[in-house]
Amino acid sequence: MTSSVLPSNVAAREETTPARKQAPARSTTWRRRLPLLPALIFTIVVTQIPFVLTVVYSFQSWNLVRPGSRHFVWLQNYVDVFVDSQFRTALLNTVLLTVFSVLLSMLIGLALALLLDRKMIGRGVVRTLLITPFLILPAAGALLWKTTMFDPTYGLLNFVFGGNTDWLAEWPLTSVIAQIVWQWTPFMMLLILAGLQSQSKEVLEAAQVDGANRWRTFASITLPQLSRYLQLATLLGAIYIVNSFDSIFLMTQGGPGTASTNLPFYIYQRAFQGFDIGQSSAMGVIVVILTMIVATFALRLMFRTFSVTGGVK
Amino acid sequence: MRKPLTLLLVAVLLGVAGCAGAGAVGAGGRTLVVAIVANPQMQDAIELSDEFERDTGITLRFVTLPENQARAKITASVATEGDEFDVVMISNFEAPQWAQNGWLENLEPYIEASDGYDEDDFIPSIRSSLSYRDSLYAVPFYGESSFLAYRKDLFEQAGLTMPANPTWQQIADFAAKLDDDEQDIAGICLRGKPGWGESLAPFTTVANTFGASWFDENWNARLNTPEFKKATQFYVDLVREHGEVGASSAGFSECGTRYGQGQAAMWYDATVMAGTNEDKSSSKIVGKSGYVAAPVEKTKSSGWLYTWSLAMPKVASDKQGAWEFMKWMTDKQFVKSVGEKFGWNRVPPGCRESTYDIPEYTRAAKAYAQPTLDAINEATQENAMAGKVPYPGIQFVGIPEFQDLGTRVSQQLSAAIAGQITVDEALAQSQEYADTVGQAYRETR
Repeated sequence: MTSSVLPSNVAAREETTPARKQAPARSTTWRRRLPLLPALIFTIVVTQIPFVLTVVYSFQSWNLVRPGSRHFVWLQNYVDVFVDSQFRTALLNTVLLTVFSVLLSMLIGLALALLLDRKMIGRGVVRTLLITPFLILPAAGALLWKTTMFDPTYGLLNFVFGGNTDWLAEWPLTSVIAQIVWQWTPFMMLLILAGLQSQSKEVLEAAQVDGANRWRTFASITLPQLSRYLQLATLLGAIYIVNSFDSIFLMTQGGPGTASTNLPFYIYQRAFQGFDIGQSSAMGVIVVILTMIVATFALRLMFRTFSVTGGVK
Repeated sequence: MRKPLTLLLVAVLLGVAGCAGAGAVGAGGRTLVVAIVANPQMQDAIELSDEFERDTGITLRFVTLPENQARAKITASVATEGDEFDVVMISNFEAPQWAQNGWLENLEPYIEASDGYDEDDFIPSIRSSLSYRDSLYAVPFYGESSFLAYRKDLFEQAGLTMPANPTWQQIADFAAKLDDDEQDIAGICLRGKPGWGESLAPFTTVANTFGASWFDENWNARLNTPEFKKATQFYVDLVREHGEVGASSAGFSECGTRYGQGQAAMWYDATVMAGTNEDKSSSKIVGKSGYVAAPVEKTKSSGWLYTWSLAMPKVASDKQGAWEFMKWMTDKQFVKSVGEKFGWNRVPPGCRESTYDIPEYTRAAKAYAQPTLDAINEATQENAMAGKVPYPGIQFVGIPEFQDLGTRVSQQLSAAIAGQITVDEALAQSQEYADTVGQAYRETR
């Protein structure tokens, strides 16, 4: 992700300091990097080595509960994964879950941030209350929603709307999205609020003087100004929500059937209920590759659109 | 002012550390790590374990997890032969398979060397379910079968009588009559939560007694037979029409809450449920329930057989210490200690015949002690299944692949209960899963 950004920065820096000599520069940079080394080694040990091992496992047929089954099958696991219809369902669910959760929580977050940006009595209290969902442990939040909101007998939803709809059985994915949106809206709201409050008052006043109405001011000044914050919110939100596990594990267990199974939950099931190390490793590798592709394209696309239409640098 | 305070803090910390060190040395430094499932009976054992530590000088460290998580953790640890646990809690699903894989220590030599540890006192069906080649590889802590609880008061009101050995058709008729939407009382509670240990346990006993089975003797998957379809349709219809709300995510504990709150007229589940139904702290309907044998259709009986037991991984380092603990927790004396300390309703049931001779216990558990014992004694494949099958187990298929297969099939069952797919669709998909597994066994035979 960062690789596309880095080279230009580095190049720029080298251009601006052409006078510096090469040899001492190299030794000083290494001296500067030395204190970073422990952190680097730590990162390699906890992220890169497990990943390489996962890749090795993904080439093997290995089921933990069948001793002596371990042997190399090379790409067979990958073929099996792509033929598996349940994997495709899980993939689709992950996409739906991420896209809708991010979009909805961002829209609601934007609306709330706009309201909070106005001066009013008790603004601090309202802000704190709105942030609370984000401070609750994800697991506790999921359980709260499962029992106090969605439960067919004791749930608030049925208490308010009547009937005895079993929300988690009839609308599994929608229910999970609702919980995730509830959890992540405050995060989006905070980021956008930071963007709103860094707007310069002069520009807004100038727009008013020029006779721009509220909507025009919002569309032409506030939104372009917010674009970078929105990018960041989308990116961070998407990275976290793609990995959603707690809410699905606790609320629906991926069910009914596989209606709300997303990739992290499916991999968990294959690894810790099926004990199929080979296939679950292959899925893990595929997910990493897909995420990298999507993230790279999404980032490029976002940078391009916003830098052209927004005009903010 | 600040300096003396810091010094004081350091001194206190050192003192605490010193004491801890001394304690460990005093205990002889023997520590056992025990992986255990977080059911109420096990919690009682953990509370009592101070006595064991005092008597033997062995320190115990418990890793307590809910059933599904415990199973995943224990399986991964034992299968990779990681020397993590000295004693593990497993069921009769794992015990024979793991013994065959050579992962577990044969317990016969230890049992023979222990005077007064009455091995013949274990209920025969439980004992044989934990044996491999006639040797015990795990000692039972509690055992269970399944039976039907029903509300005597509601049956009386409606003028119905429960026969001693009901058929499923009779139960369906009762459920239709007792289903009361206005009062929020479901006709019957049945599990629908996905998981091979959740919905598939009661469901497979229903399939068995309808004459169906997962595989035939030649490992052909049989989920597309008319019998299996009839059983599935019956189960799904019954729970959809007269079952509890939210059935597709209701497991043992959810059903227990509903029945305990008086929101169901019948409940077909594990025999250990009687303990919670008759416990004043968790139930509003104490003393209102009757218990009868698992409903049948084509077979003589239909209850399942399940037991939580203690086993010793082959790689465990302190084997003698591990055995001391296993002996303590499954001995006759332990049953008495629990009864005297926590009350006789909380005794781990269904593993020792002598438990059912204790007068205090038979008095406290009058409503369900005998039905439980009968159900466990009857729970054999010969009694509970119509045909012969190539695998061990009644409510499960005793092969390693079943954890995965069962979970997938149970997801299909839940989807059918939730009404998202039809029974035919669920079975067609399940048959495919089962056939892949069966194929592997047909090839290796």
